[in-house]
Amino acid sequence: MMRAMTNNDWMKVRADFPILDQQVNGKPLIYFDNAASSQKPRAVIAALAHYYEHDNANVHRGLHELSSRATDAFEGARMKVAKYLGASQTEEIIFTRGTTEAINLVANTWGVRNLRADDVILLTEMEHHSNLVPWQLLAERTGAKLRFVPVVDDGTLAFEPALLDGVKLFSFVHISNSLGTINPAAELCRAARATGVVTLVDGAQSSGHLPVNVREMGCDFYAFSGHKMCAPTGIGALWGRMELLQEMPPWHGGGEMIVSVTYERATYKQPPHKFEAGTPNIAGAVGLGAAVDYLENIGRSEIFAHDSELAALAVARLGEIPGIRVLGPSGQRGALAAFHAGWAHPHDLTTYANEHGLALRGGHHCTQPLMRKLRLPGTTRASFYFYNTTGEVERMAEILRAARKFFDR
Amino acid sequence: MNDELEELYQQVILDHSKRPRNFGKLPDAIHVHGDNPSCGDEIRLDVKFGPDGSVADMKFTGTGCAISQASASLMTLKLKGKPRAEAERLMHNFHTLVTSDTEPDTKGLGDLVLLRGVRKFPQRVKCAMLAWRAFEQALGEGGAVTTEGE
Repeated sequence: MMRAMTNNDWMKVRADFPILDQQVNGKPLIYFDNAASSQKPRAVIAALAHYYEHDNANVHRGLHELSSRATDAFEGARMKVAKYLGASQTEEIIFTRGTTEAINLVANTWGVRNLRADDVILLTEMEHHSNLVPWQLLAERTGAKLRFVPVVDDGTLAFEPALLDGVKLFSFVHISNSLGTINPAAELCRAARATGVVTLVDGAQSSGHLPVNVREMGCDFYAFSGHKMCAPTGIGALWGRMELLQEMPPWHGGGEMIVSVTYERATYKQPPHKFEAGTPNIAGAVGLGAAVDYLENIGRSEIFAHDSELAALAVARLGEIPGIRVLGPSGQRGALAAFHAGWAHPHDLTTYANEHGLALRGGHHCTQPLMRKLRLPGTTRASFYFYNTTGEVERMAEILRAARKFFDR
Repeated sequence: MNDELEELYQQVILDHSKRPRNFGKLPDAIHVHGDNPSCGDEIRLDVKFGPDGSVADMKFTGTGCAISQASASLMTLKLKGKPRAEAERLMHNFHTLVTSDTEPDTKGLGDLVLLRGVRKFPQRVKCAMLAWRAFEQALGEGGAVTTEGE
């Protein structure tokens, strides 16, 4: 976009999302659960329909027209994702079901190949279970140890280079799904790289929300999910440095990933196909490609600016309601505000909100150890995307003020 | 105001959730633990059965939403002192009350009938049933003791 987006432009963008135009429990839907999953624009839905109505076939092996078209669409999507992330080669993009599978892939290939007993895997105290449990499983298998960068009161990391002693891999979340903290990914990767530590960045909450360039970030792996950035569920990707991908053993065995097979053994293709056994989620990849086009057309800097405005307004409004404490940093934050309300449990509050058409999320947000550390049974979270409006944030504040009167009687 | 919300969160329910009765621990009792992993609600239920299998005493601790806390509080008040068969009957009828469109026999449920509103919120049934599932488990363990005397 050459000029800044106006309110009018954002309303036009919002109209691209048919699902938002509905009533829930007799009230206009306010969808504030975007950190869990985003909605899909017509362009993505149409790309899926077009693929199934015109081009559907299996990829890579067929010599017929539809197979060529499906292969072109699938590999075209890989190119779009590579460009979107600033990868140096298209072959560095491995399609996965999402962030979780991408992290498990690294744990089961790079991790199994490179980690020995007493090596350290460095994580942070704010990780989603998907960037914690795979490493626990790997630690059990290899005898490696887990270490955690502490989270301090304002929801930021207390990182110091000494934490990298003995570390082989540092895996951390880019934007916390339960605090909203934007971690200084480039800075953390630079410190890790300086001591030869391999880095993985969990980009589930960042890939669709701010400009990401993996080369500028300086990480070794970046994992993300399509469904949080306007693409369908069941598709995501792992980006990895080619020299690391080449050394990694395959993970799943099967068709698509082999060069030649005898009864005794097989030889494998080069990345990315080495890691993509079986028929992939072709339509999902096509949808992800369409989502990338859609987001690029709006501009990720524009999206980040809009989301930041919504998050800042939400933090301000929530802070005006007695008994509410917002978690996370006071300054710049990701597109969400999670809070503790002294007068209502998160589940009662989300039930109340839902009766007013407002979709919030209550619970531990798949960060149980962090909730335990913060001594909270869970929080209530409002998470935003570019199709949300300041009017919706104001309406949320109204609903929560009424909720306080309702529960605090 | 929304009628279904009013029905779900009646004053008595909110009162029990903020000031739960029989909140605490019982030494020398059967301890059972219940949780709803998806939402993080937890309960520890301590139950003492009498020699005849009746519910002699009961206390609970835990954290959770208003529905799970109120249900636990009301359950302990209602089941304490009840013969085993009566406690089982109430458990069955309470389950029907919060899950079914058909009205159960509400005799003896007392204030527990105020949780009827839960049936309009299927996702909250597990909150209302948390303490009861723990009690069911305690019955299983307590039952082993009572059958010895039979």
